[in-house]
Amino acid sequence: MHELAITQSMLNLVLEQAEKAGAKEVGKINLVIGEMTGVVSDCVQFYFDFISRGTIAEGAALAIKTVPTQARCRGCNKNFELKEFDWTCPYCQGNNMEIVAGKELFVESIEVE
Amino acid sequence: MEIKVVKDILDANEQIAARNRQLLDSNKVFAVNLMSSPGAGKTSLILETIKRLKGKTKVGVIEGDVSSSLDAEVVAKEGVPVVQINTGGGCHLDANMTSAALSNVPLKDIRLLLIENVGNLICPAEFDLGEHRKVLISSIPEGDDKPFKYPLMFHEADAVLINKIDLLPYLKFDAKAFSQIIKGMNQKVKIIQVSCVTGQGIEEWVSWLLTQMG
Repeated sequence: MHELAITQSMLNLVLEQAEKAGAKEVGKINLVIGEMTGVVSDCVQFYFDFISRGTIAEGAALAIKTVPTQARCRGCNKNFELKEFDWTCPYCQGNNMEIVAGKELFVESIEVE
Repeated sequence: MEIKVVKDILDANEQIAARNRQLLDSNKVFAVNLMSSPGAGKTSLILETIKRLKGKTKVGVIEGDVSSSLDAEVVAKEGVPVVQINTGGGCHLDANMTSAALSNVPLKDIRLLLIENVGNLICPAEFDLGEHRKVLISSIPEGDDKPFKYPLMFHEADAVLINKIDLLPYLKFDAKAFSQIIKGMNQKVKIIQVSCVTGQGIEEWVSWLLTQMG
């Protein structure tokens, strides 16, 4: 349910940037969302359609790039994708790791007119 | 026209959180964000912590709940200042709500601020409140698979308290494997087994807290 708060912050950020550029309309918003954040893309779309009404971002397309959770094994230094319920390194079977990707939550760019 | 933004969506929250942290620092108040699922024992732990810290340090509490002031009333009986935040349906506290609550906390009179977040293992992990430490309470009836299901929360925590440890003989919970999984992904984390019923581990928790406060 944090998607509502997150979508609201995203919309504020987009509107601020669009207004700064003197845009009349926002056509597309490119988002990057890491899997580990637990942010559900469909929910973001749902809330966005609702809260963007009456703003210059109404009707904008949301392009969401999802980043899988990546870990780096502290034992053998190799990177691998962290699978649900399997947190062992596929190379050395170690279980000491560092998260290197999957926590992203940002607006990459917007397309405006 | 394409405009490069590359800005964190939660940037606005983080800016307010930084201001909260400054306000706390200037008043020499150490703040702890207590997070857990509903019913894991956040309020019980707060009550035990207040009891153990009597005469050692002055405590204040912010109670975050979707609705009601039941927890705040219980905590107020311990004679410490309590401020209630009702999120009105919101599933987590954010820096802005915390900022509003802070203006009602007598910061000059306390050294430690315990912030009880809304019971939820997902959303609170995302929102910095301006706290100095994040503490996660995971109670054993919830099961030992929680780090897999809510990795961000376990990854971000400075300490994990395994609560209701007195129930261990009655439940299927592999405490050793549970700790190992968390340590694997979060090296800095302090893990303490506690029970608010028998008092096990509370002393260790309180002394960890006092060490962190410096």
